Amino acid sequence: MWQLLQIELFKIFKRPRTYISFGAVAALVGIIQLGLKLDGNMYIEFMLRDLSASFNIEGNILNGYLVCYIILQLLLVHVPLLITLIAADLISGEANMGTLRLLLTKPISRTEIILAKFFAAGVYTFMLLIFMAVLALFLSMAIFGTDDMLNLKSGYVVQLKSTDVFWRYVCAFCFAALAMLTVASLGFFLSIFADNSIGPIVATMSIIVVFTILSTLDIPIFNAIKPFLFTTQMIGWKGFFDVKVNDDNQAIIGSIQNPDRVLKAAGILVFYIVGLLVASIVVFKKKDILS
Amino acid sequence: MHPVINVTNLSKHFKDLIAVDSLSFTVNEGDVYGFLGQNGAGKSTTIRMLLSLVKPTQGKIEMFGMDLFTHQKEILKQTGAIIEKSDVYKYLTAFENIQLFSKVSGAGKLSKSQLLDQLAIVGLQDRAFSKVKTFSQGMKQRLGIAIALTHDPKLILLDEPTNGLDPQGIADVRNLILQLSKEHNKTVLVSSHLLSEIQLIANRFLIINKGKKLVEGNASQLFDPAETLVELETLDNENAMIKLQQSVWSSKLQARREKTIVLKMNKTEIPAFHQSIVHMEIPVMSFRPKHSLEDYFLQLTTINDDVATIAN
Amino acid sequence: MKKSIIIIAACVLYQLTASAQDANALIKRVKAKLDKVNDYVAEGSMKTDVVFIKAPAGKIKVYYKRPDKFKIKRDRGISILPKGGISFNNSSLLSTSNFTAILAGESIIDGTKVKLVKMLPGDENSDVVLTTLFIDEANLLIRKTNTTTRENGTFEMEMKYGKYAEFGLPDKVIFAFNTKNYKIPKGVTMEFDTDEPAKTMKNKKGKVEINYSSYTINKGVANSEFN
Repeated sequence: MWQLLQIELFKIFKRPRTYISFGAVAALVGIIQLGLKLDGNMYIEFMLRDLSASFNIEGNILNGYLVCYIILQLLLVHVPLLITLIAADLISGEANMGTLRLLLTKPISRTEIILAKFFAAGVYTFMLLIFMAVLALFLSMAIFGTDDMLNLKSGYVVQLKSTDVFWRYVCAFCFAALAMLTVASLGFFLSIFADNSIGPIVATMSIIVVFTILSTLDIPIFNAIKPFLFTTQMIGWKGFFDVKVNDDNQAIIGSIQNPDRVLKAAGILVFYIVGLLVASIVVFKKKDILS
Repeated sequence: MHPVINVTNLSKHFKDLIAVDSLSFTVNEGDVYGFLGQNGAGKSTTIRMLLSLVKPTQGKIEMFGMDLFTHQKEILKQTGAIIEKSDVYKYLTAFENIQLFSKVSGAGKLSKSQLLDQLAIVGLQDRAFSKVKTFSQGMKQRLGIAIALTHDPKLILLDEPTNGLDPQGIADVRNLILQLSKEHNKTVLVSSHLLSEIQLIANRFLIINKGKKLVEGNASQLFDPAETLVELETLDNENAMIKLQQSVWSSKLQARREKTIVLKMNKTEIPAFHQSIVHMEIPVMSFRPKHSLEDYFLQLTTINDDVATIAN
Repeated sequence: MKKSIIIIAACVLYQLTASAQDANALIKRVKAKLDKVNDYVAEGSMKTDVVFIKAPAGKIKVYYKRPDKFKIKRDRGISILPKGGISFNNSSLLSTSNFTAILAGESIIDGTKVKLVKMLPGDENSDVVLTTLFIDEANLLIRKTNTTTRENGTFEMEMKYGKYAEFGLPDKVIFAFNTKNYKIPKGVTMEFDTDEPAKTMKNKKGKVEINYSSYTINKGVANSEFN
């Protein structure tokens, strides 16, 4: 199994396509950082418009932590498309190349192949996120410095002490990994059904786009199904950046406003992942390889 | 002789299509077993079932005395295969490909030199570190064979191994199969539409059509002198047919084609038959006794339809 | 009887005529006490209680230099302070002499009798429209102020004194103010969840509480601290 995983990773990281995602993430993060470096104060002024009406705000507001938050907020919606590029190709791409049948004539069970490929997709996803974390968090910290983080939410502002932020990012990236793994599972599952990679990639992206639109729309009829869409839960990482307050309305350092909701979101994502993985195994085991 | 493959009553249905229909055959140890049939006859589906790529609808497959469905891994460890054209990872080098597949073939860890030796067998030692996307079809096919052999399998399944190869490539594959059989004592099952090739290498044959077995046997059985086909082309086939049906040769009639009439008889009867048709004043355009497997095969795969025509 | 009526009448008359003078005198006395402090650096903690801000209580440093330099710095981190920070200290309030003061009666705060002094700025364009001081005459301490401004609404400051009462410096200041509404569209913040009820927060009172733990008085403060 370990050897199979190594082989799958070897194959993934030998393909030029794999590095498109890394390049795209680097470019996008760089563009946002450049934009914020040059014109970030305009953005901050805009975001703080209401708050500035009543308050004087001083400090390094546009610091690395906030920049990372802005980057994640903008990027994590689009990273699934990059994950899809690899995940939806894992089976279908091999079917298309004709290597799938050769691989399956080797003494390996199909379950092993699915698991190895799935874990390889997972490793790829994690590596992409770690790469993103290094660029979005550490590089931003180096460029913009650190200070307390102001999380400017729609209805209120959360001030997080600079010493209380880092662990939240660790959690957020773990959560994001879960979210991206859900996308990977979906792309992976769909890749079993096709003999070319275009179909599953487009299908996965379409599902993500449609689900995201449903998640964003504030129409009552869709609100009932929203909690069950993985796209709604994928932004659950933001939950780590909201804190509880005590009776004096003072933020409690080290707390999370809605740990239950974050856990529930994670639970739903895990449910998706396990469900899709099991479905992948079942379908793949029954599949006649005719490619 | 031990049967290496023993297939009983094997069928595969794809929705309405019956790709393989109650097929039974046996491949013995040391055989070079020729698997013949037209395109779409069910050869590939059968080989894919032997490799557990396709699940049979019904029937039993035993290989090395084990049931394929319960001992898949053990069987696949002793089996090497090429299915249609050999497809490998084009973005990897030949060496990376063979290394990668050897790791999952159950061969154990092979050293770099062992793997290079494998590539040398198929003449790819000089291109070992070139990306496969720069290879010709023949080179890919040879790489595919090298990959199929890395774990030293006892049984080799080759599905149309000469597809897309130039004459030199075809000859190379043919020689390799003979070498594997004779020198390394491998059992080989090879399917092809190039029947003349199979005729040169196989000792036993299976011919299928529309998923059904037409005939199975060794070369001497299939080319039984008593079963020689004679193809006759005349100026007036209709008249000739009537004359033949009224003659002593009527029992030898096999088929009536658009341009020819086919009869089956013992090789020794041919001179008498020749005299006889001259005697009957049938205006013969051509007279061809058929001995090659290809002829035999073509006759067989079309004859079933024709027998019905004659009966009518 | 007649005598007493005369006395009362005289007192009322005196009160009315002397009101402005008394108020000015009282303020002068208070100012004189505050002027003993030339500068200070104070340490303390600050709590912000605004309905749409979740901020942790934090340590602060407060710098003051006569006549009107005043700065609150959060000990590391971002500070969110209500506008009109001038009202956080009393000296600044009294730093100009361009105002009219009127005595406006008495009241009791925390069991202490206080005099109400209304101050009207002389400058027509001043943001402050009216300030009411609640002065503890016996100790010459301002217990509470109430300021109405043109731009920043009305705010109220309550002071509690302790160790540093002799310098007129409070141990605790509670600053109450009006806030404007806060809202960023969900499309901008990319929030999908709809289950949070939209809060109506218009003109809610906000509160900032500062507890001073120590003052370092008249040891000099560099001007650079106020930039």
